[in-house]
Amino acid sequence: MTSPTDHLTHTHPSSVTPGGKEESTMTPVASGEARPGWRRLLRVLPAVVVLAVLAYLPYLPVEVPGVLPGRVNGPGSMQLLATCLVIGGIALSYDVLFGRTGLLSFGHALFVAAGSYLLTISLSTWSLPLSLAVLVALALSTVLALVVGAIALRVGGIAFAMVTLAFAQAASIIVMRNPGGVTGGEEGRPLDRVAVPDLLVGVANAPYRYWLALGFVVVAWVAVTLLVRSRAGHAMAAVRENEQRASVLGFGTYRVKLLAIVVGSFLGALGGVVHALVLGGSNPHLTTSEFTLSLLVMVVLGGAGSRWGALVGGVLYTYADARLVEVSNAPFLQDLPVVVRQVLSQPLFILGVFFVVVVYFAPSGLTGLGGRLIRRSGSR
Amino acid sequence: MTEPIPSAAETSPAAPVLTLEDVHVRYGGSHILQDVSFDVPATGVTALLGRNGVGKTTTLRSIIGLAPRSGRILLEGNEIQDRTTARIVRGGIGYVPEDREVFGGLTVDENLRLVDPDRGVDAPVVARLFPDLVSRRGQRAGTLSGGEQQMVALARVLLRDNVLLLVDEPTKGLAPKLVTEVADVLAEVARSTPILLVEQNLPLVRRIADRVVVLDAGAVVHRGAAADLVADADLTRELLGVSMRREGAA
Amino acid sequence: MSDLVLLLVTGLGLGALYFIAASGLSLIYGLMGVLNFAHGVFMTAGAYASWLTMGALPVEWPVAVRLVVGVLVAVAVGAVVGLVVEVVLIRPLYRHHIQQVLVTVGLSLAGVAAAQGIWGADPRPVEKPGWMSGTTVVLGARLPNDRFVYVLVAVALFAGLLALLHLTRLGLVIRAGVENRTMVEALGINVHRTFTIVFALGGAAAGLAGVLYSQYAGSVSPAQGSSLLIFAFIVVVIGGTGSLAGTAVAAVVVGLVQQLANYYAASGVGDLSVVLLLALVLLLRPTSLKGATA
Repeated sequence: MTSPTDHLTHTHPSSVTPGGKEESTMTPVASGEARPGWRRLLRVLPAVVVLAVLAYLPYLPVEVPGVLPGRVNGPGSMQLLATCLVIGGIALSYDVLFGRTGLLSFGHALFVAAGSYLLTISLSTWSLPLSLAVLVALALSTVLALVVGAIALRVGGIAFAMVTLAFAQAASIIVMRNPGGVTGGEEGRPLDRVAVPDLLVGVANAPYRYWLALGFVVVAWVAVTLLVRSRAGHAMAAVRENEQRASVLGFGTYRVKLLAIVVGSFLGALGGVVHALVLGGSNPHLTTSEFTLSLLVMVVLGGAGSRWGALVGGVLYTYADARLVEVSNAPFLQDLPVVVRQVLSQPLFILGVFFVVVVYFAPSGLTGLGGRLIRRSGSR
Repeated sequence: MTEPIPSAAETSPAAPVLTLEDVHVRYGGSHILQDVSFDVPATGVTALLGRNGVGKTTTLRSIIGLAPRSGRILLEGNEIQDRTTARIVRGGIGYVPEDREVFGGLTVDENLRLVDPDRGVDAPVVARLFPDLVSRRGQRAGTLSGGEQQMVALARVLLRDNVLLLVDEPTKGLAPKLVTEVADVLAEVARSTPILLVEQNLPLVRRIADRVVVLDAGAVVHRGAAADLVADADLTRELLGVSMRREGAA
Repeated sequence: MSDLVLLLVTGLGLGALYFIAASGLSLIYGLMGVLNFAHGVFMTAGAYASWLTMGALPVEWPVAVRLVVGVLVAVAVGAVVGLVVEVVLIRPLYRHHIQQVLVTVGLSLAGVAAAQGIWGADPRPVEKPGWMSGTTVVLGARLPNDRFVYVLVAVALFAGLLALLHLTRLGLVIRAGVENRTMVEALGINVHRTFTIVFALGGAAAGLAGVLYSQYAGSVSPAQGSSLLIFAFIVVVIGGTGSLAGTAVAAVVVGLVQQLANYYAASGVGDLSVVLLLALVLLLRPTSLKGATA
């Protein structure tokens, strides 16, 4: 038994309970209706502008040397941006668990991979039409989340992290073993091109896949927004802030946490489906513990418990992972010893170190840091 | 490691052993202690009273450095609020926590050897005050009764030379006979070492405390002689929400 | 019969490796509440340190001698890495458990990537002493000799750690700290120094595990530590945290289950049955992890 004051020693006031810092975005919006219409409009304006700009990108034939491969609306750039967006949306789904509810899960990749693989398997092995395949993938993934969540939640805190990791690892083993040839083992499972609309296939149609990814981000964004403002969302915030107090207040904390896992996993599985459509198949990398850990890194980098934070973290991480390889070829590095250049040629090394730095010096993530800087300059 | 030994020459009778100045404790959004200031004189028992949840335990924990606090805390005139818990304890404050918190998987002797590696249960103070523990030296502390566990918790603190003891609800959940035993030990200890005592049992306070400090909602609301408070039934009810007579009957 | 003997011995050998990998993890987690994701990197560091040492020593030396020197270097490297990580990265975040986990996650990603950058992602073969590659016939079963080495090392480590825990002052403080580290501090004991020592000890055990696992696998590779780490996590959870005996029993059970399932069901089923075992333990005995919440 812990004494009622034990929490004083275990949690320092300045400690980052996951997501505990985004008070401004987290404080439940005091019912939108009371707010004057134009102010509400002002609040959603940044998101709408960003969405409009992103939606317009496929019409932008300019080159941005060093930033994107070729023209912005070229297939290379479109594919890269689409991947960034999908992963950003998946990070958003992970934040439902980590940032919103305070659940340190290392098993989220399991549900993303489930969505992805169940789609490709439904299409190819079970020969289902696309719409049905999507439904099957989402339904089965959600049931999986319910079962795994119900078991893993029997332990709390850091043991929960270990257990979710073990389950995800089991999935990874299954996928690599390629049972009955359905997962394709290390090669992954390509998308059955005949089963999907022509618009989503081929190099020339990269913009459509990009719009699909953008659509997924919008769906995830809206879903998280609605969830956060709902009663269940408030209960999740209460569990995150202080589980003991939440249970005293009469929230069934087990149910609240299970709901968070199920909703987050549903969105994650949707992300997996879109991922498979955008990248043309299921990749076993989605099942690895490395992918799970990178989701955590993205959310913390961007800022846990905030929609912008998770999204920006996911997009930036994916972009950096894809583009940082170029860094080791940068001219200013050529004078460094070979070993240093070899190490710097690994994007994950730079991202890992950067992540540690962020945990130390910007515990509210990059968007939190940005917000603080904006506020500070504004107050002057 | 310095073990300050209070001597009459250094510490004038009037000088308090411990002083709290504007101590605040904030945890998360709640402000648990708000501007707590009081002195603990260098002799006898000072009782810290108040209803449940007013911050008595938090006050003790803030002194010992287990609660995040701001303000000034002086032990024999030296500021200790920036020291680590272990340093504060080695500096002469012994802490007996609420619920004893003995190490249940360790034997009685091992519990004591944590503090006094060489002597453990063989230290003279144990034989003098807690003779029962000597015969139970090899028993796991978790299998002891509540009263015996309280004795272990007190004994392991007394193995150090302390200038002040913080004792949190030592009689909580104990049978009346054991309450008397614990009170006897505390009274004996208080002859040489001042004690800051959190206690709900008012008859016991009346018996061993010299003065009281009363907290309400995280702030000091009353200071005075223990006898005066206990004698004034209305004041007792107002400050503590209990009737002295009913408590006395219990 | 001979099949069963073979399976039991190989399972025991695997369990021995799991114990060596999990012991440090369990001690660190039990005492400090830190889930050390960097433990895998410690193991990888040990494996590469030994591999580099063995390569640098004169070829005329027998492989076994070079391996022993490699093990010593790996243990030292593991201890130093553990010490530095605790002092520089973990200690400033004392009581911020989530951030401590995050830092070790970052470290594990960066560490594996660094090894990949320097030595490449592909496994590099390690030299194995001739005797360890051979077999001994017992009860009709041809038993690989290296398993005996792993079991012997694990038993020695177990006995050494038990002696440390029960016969020394440091062990007393560790046992008390596993129960209630706040109270240890409140008795005037500098528990931080103990944390540092335990982290260094855990690092040393991880270094040892890394070398032996690379001997088991016949090669070193950057991701090797991470894959061993996941089984070590499972062992820690099943064994109950902070309990050395529990860790030992769980390690043996996991090793045996894995080998038996791989043989009697199908190759690969062993890994899955281990996760299934974990789920069962959680469903039937969730209270064993009481200390693990927070």
